[in-house]
Amino acid sequence: MSVIKAEGIKLVYGAGTSFEKTALDDVSFEIEKGEFIGIIGHTGSGKSTLVQLLNGLLKPTAGRIFLNGKDIWQEPKKIREVRFKVGIVFQYPEYQLFEETVYKDIAFGPKNMGLSEEEIDEKVRAAAAFTGVREEWLQKSPFDLSGGEKRRAAIAGVIAMDPDVLILDEPTAGLDPLGRDALLAQIQNYHAVRKNTVLLVSHSMEDIARIADRILVMNHGKKAMLDTAANVFSRGRELEELGLRVPQITKIMMLLKEKGISVNENILTTEQAFNEIINYLGGSSRI
Amino acid sequence: MGRNITLGQYMPGRSVIHRLDARSKILLLIAYMVFIFMAQNFYALFLMTLASLLVVLATRISLNMYLKSLRVILVVVLITALFNLFYGNGKVLFEWWIFKITEGGLNNAVFVAVRIAALVLISSVLTYTTSPSDLTDALERLLKPLTLFKVKVHELAMMMTIALRFIPVLLEETDKIMNAQKARGADMESGNVFKRVKALIPVLIPLFVSSFRRANDLAMAMECRCYNGGKGRTRMKVLRFTRTDLFGLIVSLVIFAGVILCNMYLPQLVR
Repeated sequence: MSVIKAEGIKLVYGAGTSFEKTALDDVSFEIEKGEFIGIIGHTGSGKSTLVQLLNGLLKPTAGRIFLNGKDIWQEPKKIREVRFKVGIVFQYPEYQLFEETVYKDIAFGPKNMGLSEEEIDEKVRAAAAFTGVREEWLQKSPFDLSGGEKRRAAIAGVIAMDPDVLILDEPTAGLDPLGRDALLAQIQNYHAVRKNTVLLVSHSMEDIARIADRILVMNHGKKAMLDTAANVFSRGRELEELGLRVPQITKIMMLLKEKGISVNENILTTEQAFNEIINYLGGSSRI
Repeated sequence: MGRNITLGQYMPGRSVIHRLDARSKILLLIAYMVFIFMAQNFYALFLMTLASLLVVLATRISLNMYLKSLRVILVVVLITALFNLFYGNGKVLFEWWIFKITEGGLNNAVFVAVRIAALVLISSVLTYTTSPSDLTDALERLLKPLTLFKVKVHELAMMMTIALRFIPVLLEETDKIMNAQKARGADMESGNVFKRVKALIPVLIPLFVSSFRRANDLAMAMECRCYNGGKGRTRMKVLRFTRTDLFGLIVSLVIFAGVILCNMYLPQLVR
């Protein structure tokens, strides 16, 4: 059974006023348990709206959303439970830190769930380990941490709820390249260990190509594609029409092919490209 | 929620009233208010009300907007009119127990109601047709003489502009932080007053922190562009009195003269 299923969801902001705007229109999809989904789309394509619908921060104007087979708006009083099961890390999550210590801030979610002290402690420490929040930071004030450290603490605050589905909206925005790679590796590791579902919204095609099983492409509030990374990026022309692009390395391989060099153009990472080119040149494909 | 937030009540447009200099609008508004109060009989009041209605029509803004602002003060109008109904002299029109309605009372009630409505209409014209930045700009220019008394007019106007400018930003930020905390299970909709106030802490602290951060950034950005107060500062949009303003002034003066004439030569009201 799919963990998340969206059925014709539509969202209209400011319905009935002069500011009426359809942010999402008839979007349907299914996401299986344990999948790593990348969500791409240019600014204003409805990504953030979609994400907020999935955990019940917004209520769809039409259509239904199922979590583990149950309509999340069936009992509006229990929407908080949906939010514990679908954790969202918003853009620049470090701006939401507020507690006296990092430990307390990470514990905010589990505490709201009504867990016991021991359970909270266990979840906080596990989450801290996943996101690389060091033991000695836990008793510090979150405002004494550096930007990157704050980001990790804030992400830990969501992971600590141990959600079935973890949604991250541009978690690496504004980080330096090393910090970005480290954070992505930690998210991948978290996904591998916990085996739960992760949705990653990103503008970096390279990142998405490298780690997502499937990619959801949004355009003007509609679902443009939902397919494996290889299939999505093989439609480079269409992506460009949507204001997106393919990863640079894929682009290079496509250009090589256009020049008449018969290489496989369905390449998503530099390593694959390296092997492919070595193969083409007739060498052995070991790095 | 991501909805569009209209700041203040400004409705952009190209009408004659929109094109008036903001300073003229403020001064004329004050004059109109004074003359609405100066009207002593129904003829004068009718003239001022008619003038206000014509100005309202000239703004070419949907009448619904004006009705909305009238609806807000409807209760106030009704209560004031009701109280006025029982005060006054002249012929007794209706009497029951201790209540006595006289001709003067009836006159007073209608008079007060029309007067408040006209006041609200004409003040809405200013806020609907003038952008907040033009408004503060004009205020700064009008209050300039106060600098003689060491009042920091420019600084005050700048603070007002910045405050207005950041209202939508802060609203959006509040929205974002609330969503983020709700996503972590913060419960802001249930519980008693104390619980709800406590539930706001996770929103207020980040909001304060980010306000200070923003203030800091803004101060830095302003200093980088060599801002050092109002001295010797020129403007991109210079306020200018134009022929439109002259036209508005003449029309207004004619109306005001009419009010004075009505007051002087037409029969006074029984009150």
